[in-house]
Amino acid sequence: MVIPGRPELAAHEFEQLLHMLHHVYGYDFSGYSKSSLQRRIHKFMDDKQVNSGTALIQLLAGDVVSFNHFLETITVNVTEMFRDPLFYKSLREKVLPVLATYPQINIWHAGCSTGEEVFSLCILLFEAGLLNRTRIYATDINAANLEKARTGVLPMHHMREYTVNYRQSGATNDFSDYYTALYDHVLINKEIRERVVFLQHNLVTDRSFNEFQLVLCRNVMIYFNKQLQNKVLRLFYDSLSSLGFLGLGMKESLLFSEHKSKFTMVDPAVKLFRKKH
Amino acid sequence: MVLKEQAYDIILIGGSAGSIPVCVSLLKALKKDQPVPVVLIIHRMRNVVSELDKLLSKETGIKKITEPEDKQSISSGKVYLAPQNYHLLFEEDASFSLDYSDPIHYSRPSIDVSFESAALVYGTKVLAILLSGANADGAKGLSLLAELGADCWVQDPATAEYPAMPSAAMALSDKLKVLTEDQMKERLHEL
Repeated sequence: MVIPGRPELAAHEFEQLLHMLHHVYGYDFSGYSKSSLQRRIHKFMDDKQVNSGTALIQLLAGDVVSFNHFLETITVNVTEMFRDPLFYKSLREKVLPVLATYPQINIWHAGCSTGEEVFSLCILLFEAGLLNRTRIYATDINAANLEKARTGVLPMHHMREYTVNYRQSGATNDFSDYYTALYDHVLINKEIRERVVFLQHNLVTDRSFNEFQLVLCRNVMIYFNKQLQNKVLRLFYDSLSSLGFLGLGMKESLLFSEHKSKFTMVDPAVKLFRKKH
Repeated sequence: MVLKEQAYDIILIGGSAGSIPVCVSLLKALKKDQPVPVVLIIHRMRNVVSELDKLLSKETGIKKITEPEDKQSISSGKVYLAPQNYHLLFEEDASFSLDYSDPIHYSRPSIDVSFESAALVYGTKVLAILLSGANADGAKGLSLLAELGADCWVQDPATAEYPAMPSAAMALSDKLKVLTEDQMKERLHEL
């Protein structure tokens, strides 16, 4: 369907674009959900005033700087601290007491973006007295996100909302104890961040790299089609230890997945699952 | 017997402030066995527990209005409510996709995002309705659907609790049908 007033990206141009990105840059977007990928490609074309699919392919094939902008536009980097407070409350109450029985805890936070949800998890672990025996591997496809996450610096203007989220998550402390305000930014305390390793990892092409008692991957697989979701869920299954936990976004489901029977539901109100054995 | 061909593959209703009572009355106007799926995109608060799906189910007497999960199939005759804090998109295989990119017009779900996505997948086989609201979300998406030739209605701003939203759409396109709540109810009942 051609939309009036919009640069056209014909079906065959869309296929050519994905093919070029895979062969020139090694990024395979063929398993991405078409609706949101198309939407963000159009956004990039609007922003850069690229008028046709052919022009887009030519621009990206010959220019790494443009490709990097493209990558940042089409991989969604929106995140917040303690997003869905009920999820974090459930993590505190149903998962951390089990993790506490392990002498050494390994956690994989896949698709961590700029780190807001990783720092939220670290605060929970700190409050449960588990942080100093935990190693958190936080991964993302986008190197620029990881650079930001490593600084531990967040914009100040969301902190009020984060404070409300934090309180609703079953908080025990004062949220402001965990950061230092610097003009219009905050710095998350080093003791909260020091157990995290930020690594570049592509869920589409890279493999598992350890065994974990908890894997979090929230609102990342919504950008994938069903086939790729199945593949990534298999990767998580293989990466979890026996009876390990998997946490997804509030509207993500295993119901449409072929791996549904390999997990039990920990809390039906939030998307927390447990590997069967 | 010749089956009447459906004019629409999907009905979309977008609204914000002041739209919920109208939305309830439009849903009640639909016949019980009306087969076209209906998708509601209504602005809501984020990070607070919302029971709008249950409230709408109760008020309309429609057995169940559900918030779809990612990649859920769209079934005929069902009524869906866009979940809070996600954009709701449509896939070519008649399933939903969710998206957590930036809010549009401070809104997530954004009506524009869902309307534009439906335009790509369903083209002219959309009935899109824009109700009361205090901002301009939905105007761009609705005018785009109207330009394509889809059937687009706006709540008559003179009868809307907050006229900004329908007015914004009317400023972008002259192909919209401007209808009162009662006129919309009559037409929906005919489906």
